[in-house]
Amino acid sequence: MLDQPGKTSLIDIRGVCRSFPKGSGEDLLVLEKVDLTIHSGEIVGLLGRSGSGKSTLLRIIAGLIAPSSGDAKCRGETIQGPPNGVALVFQSFALFPWLTVLQNVELGLEALGIDAPERRKRALAAIDLIGLDGFESAYPKELSGGMRQRVGFARALVVHPDLLLMDEPFSALDVLTAETLRTDLVDLWIEGRLPIKSVLMVTHNIEEAVLMCDRILVFSSKPGRVAAEIKVDLPHPRNRLDPVFRQLVDHIYARMTQRAEPRVPAVEGIHGTGVGMVLRHVSSNVLSGLIETLAAPPYDGRADLPVLANSLQLEADEIFHLGESLQLLRFAQLSEGDLVLTEAGMRFAHLETDARKRLFAEHLVTYVPVMGLIRRVLDERPSHTAPEARFRNELEDYMAEDQADDTLKTIVSWGRYAELFAYDEQSETFSLENPH
Amino acid sequence: MDFRIIRVPALEQALRPNIWDLVALILVIGAMVLIVYGGEQTTLPLSSLDVAPVSLDPVHLPLYALRTTLRMLLAIVCSIVFTFIYAALAAKSRRAEMVLIPLLDILQSVPILGFLTFTVVFFMNLFPGNVLGAELACVFAIFTSQAWNMTFSMYQSLRNVPKDLEEATQSFHLSLWQRFWRLDVPFAMPGLIWNTMMSMSGGWFFVVASEAITVGNTTVTLPGIGSYVALGIEKQNLAAIGYAILTMLFVIIAYDQLVFRPVIAWADKFRFEQTASGDPPTSWMLDLFRRTRALRALTLPFAALNRAFSNLRINWPAGLKATAKSGPPSRLVDAIWFALIAIGTGYAALRAYQYLSASLGLSDVLAALGYGVLTLLRVVVLIAFATLIWVPIGVWIGLRAKLAERIQPLAQFLAAFPANLAFPVFVSLIVHYGLNANIWLSPLMILGTQWYILFNVIAGASAFPTDLREAASSFHLKGWRWWIKVVLPGIFPYYITGAITASGGSWNASIVAEVASWGDTHLTAAGLGAYIAKATEAGDFPRVVLGISVMCILVTLFNRLLWRPLYAFGERRLRLG
Repeated sequence: MLDQPGKTSLIDIRGVCRSFPKGSGEDLLVLEKVDLTIHSGEIVGLLGRSGSGKSTLLRIIAGLIAPSSGDAKCRGETIQGPPNGVALVFQSFALFPWLTVLQNVELGLEALGIDAPERRKRALAAIDLIGLDGFESAYPKELSGGMRQRVGFARALVVHPDLLLMDEPFSALDVLTAETLRTDLVDLWIEGRLPIKSVLMVTHNIEEAVLMCDRILVFSSKPGRVAAEIKVDLPHPRNRLDPVFRQLVDHIYARMTQRAEPRVPAVEGIHGTGVGMVLRHVSSNVLSGLIETLAAPPYDGRADLPVLANSLQLEADEIFHLGESLQLLRFAQLSEGDLVLTEAGMRFAHLETDARKRLFAEHLVTYVPVMGLIRRVLDERPSHTAPEARFRNELEDYMAEDQADDTLKTIVSWGRYAELFAYDEQSETFSLENPH
Repeated sequence: MDFRIIRVPALEQALRPNIWDLVALILVIGAMVLIVYGGEQTTLPLSSLDVAPVSLDPVHLPLYALRTTLRMLLAIVCSIVFTFIYAALAAKSRRAEMVLIPLLDILQSVPILGFLTFTVVFFMNLFPGNVLGAELACVFAIFTSQAWNMTFSMYQSLRNVPKDLEEATQSFHLSLWQRFWRLDVPFAMPGLIWNTMMSMSGGWFFVVASEAITVGNTTVTLPGIGSYVALGIEKQNLAAIGYAILTMLFVIIAYDQLVFRPVIAWADKFRFEQTASGDPPTSWMLDLFRRTRALRALTLPFAALNRAFSNLRINWPAGLKATAKSGPPSRLVDAIWFALIAIGTGYAALRAYQYLSASLGLSDVLAALGYGVLTLLRVVVLIAFATLIWVPIGVWIGLRAKLAERIQPLAQFLAAFPANLAFPVFVSLIVHYGLNANIWLSPLMILGTQWYILFNVIAGASAFPTDLREAASSFHLKGWRWWIKVVLPGIFPYYITGAITASGGSWNASIVAEVASWGDTHLTAAGLGAYIAKATEAGDFPRVVLGISVMCILVTLFNRLLWRPLYAFGERRLRLG
């Protein structure tokens, strides 16, 4: 089910950019000059870290948001509002809790003005196809997560869309359920029983993308761009243990870590630079735990990311996120799909609690500019206090409001652990009241 | 009774009064003045109503009860229609929202019986000499006691519709009309029903109060339980009061069993949760409808009609439609809109000033303020008393699950019961023992509203996590330490919800509680409620407007400066789970 040249394209995206307003008034660019063509008969995967704009691209194709610039076409026509023949499956299922399974499935047909008998017939056929027989009169809250997502699929398939859009459809499910649903879907697709022509799925799960897709677009973050396009020629059903499969997964892991490296100059961080660095919250406990794990056998300071992710039961996205936090603090280094402890990281692993806190504080002040800034401001002010708003305003010059929230949360939590400063939630002030 | 302020979601609004509150306040006062002004211009003499006189014979009570109930029903239908339109407008249009929401906030601080003063005159002039005018005035009074919190709840729900469901309706090409009926309304349903229920119990108080009322030379006596009680007071007939109370008990129970239980049980499916939780509410009435084929057949045409109605392919005019492409809102339109609001507010302020300054001086304003402080004092003291009494009792009951199960419906029922029916009993005692009206009339204000404190505290104590209780007892926490560190913080958010409701209700009740009569004996307690009540009776509209404005401002400030910060604190720091 590969790209078949000569066939007319279903979706044509040319040079699409999308930005969102930021706290300070400037716009934050989340998608930069993206090109994408979807043909009939293929499953295309958009793979990337969270914040790489892949969901935004999906929503542009779904007609839910408009591109800031560039051209988005569906069957040759510019997309304005949800196009006909495109149906969406949600990560959160997005089922109407007050409607039964059957009513949920019929909803899309009702909106199209299809009469009741035809509606019923098609809904029952879709329910039958997706394996929901017997659940027609159940309400979503009576169903397990896997069954709910089946309703989500039935609801999308019943309108017989040319293109099925899936926004991380399996990531809210447990491992076993997700696997069953994936294979069921791939089986139906191969047998040609799905009333659809193509599928576009967003995922951050590398193995899932390799398992299901014919073509994978790897997105880089901030701003989102297509970093690589990878064709998957393996025949279905694919075997995760197949060496070719493993090799492909490793290859993608390496590609996704590669990009982080050239952007680690001494004073600059991974996301953004200087004070405007976006921090994503990771508990200091998790960081310490990860450092200890890395330092201990079998890793002894160097771990292959897919192996580490597997043994810690973490998604690729989460392991990247943790790895980047360690890299930011110079306790570890990401390279070629490996996570390698630095000398400081090794030292950290063997220290006592108080000494760990001191080392952590040292690294925070040195490598996280905003931490240094807060500490300097508190030291300089006679009162040794400063309102949170003072730093929030500064952060919002560089990032969106929710990113500033997340960054502040991280600052408070890391600062408290390192005993760099105290924070009073009630009055929203930083102070030097009781450190050390 | 109850005069709901539960509309808990609204409490998450801004804390400090701002310019929009001022605009809304002026608009409300201006509208009152204009209605009165219009009424006074009509020189038609208001003939007294040609109605069959009310009789104290208990045989008539069922019929009176029926008429009272019908008024309630009519008002609730009006409230629901109003809610849908007003809330939808406020939620979908940014510019409408700027005005509508502060307006709503001020409107719910206006004492309901104050509305009655204007609307009686207004509706009587619409239908001179016709009983319809009086009926409409009464229905309108009930409407004003019910609509605001329902609208707030609906507005809050509309603003919080989950994004993914919104995207699903768009992606499946539902029209905006379909979306409203298939997504917005169902999502708002649980909050709306809870608030409607609360509104209903508040409504009983006002239907009783507004059936027999005198505004200047207009006397309204509508056949109903309220006018029956009024006659009983005039005739000093305690037995008749007793019959009326019994009838009301019966009506409220019937209402609960025949209307609200079924609706709540039915609406359980609209609760937005992804997992089934505890025991769903049940109703024998709903089961009857669901299980009996004949009765179920009766509901089918309604279901079909509802489906056809919600599937009408109506769309908003293209201009109003928020397209994905729409850029930042136009500054020019904003400027015009602000200018219109400023002009409207200025005009309202001018008319209000002209009207009031013609007959009132600064001394009147100071007098009204002084009375306002007296009533404020009463409310504070009474809430404090009720707190001291009901918090320990509520905690004691709430921690005993079996007992709480039995007491809770009783407390809720007492809250729904229109306490003004029982006023005469207390007044006759005060008259009999010659007690000081300034002190002894005060408790009437909180007679009906104290139950909110009780049942909210019971609810809080029942919800108190067992593991925390076990932790407390394993650390040997006892005595005052147990109260301060363990239980009181745990029930605080619940208590605040109850206290806010009780305080709002007490302000409203002051208008009927600070003046009372028994036969020929008239008792008055000095206060803003009595000030408004006397001005109403005398048809002294400028003073009514002044009194209501003062109460409105006091209630709003009281809410903003005390209750909302406390509520916000409770929600942020002390909400368990």
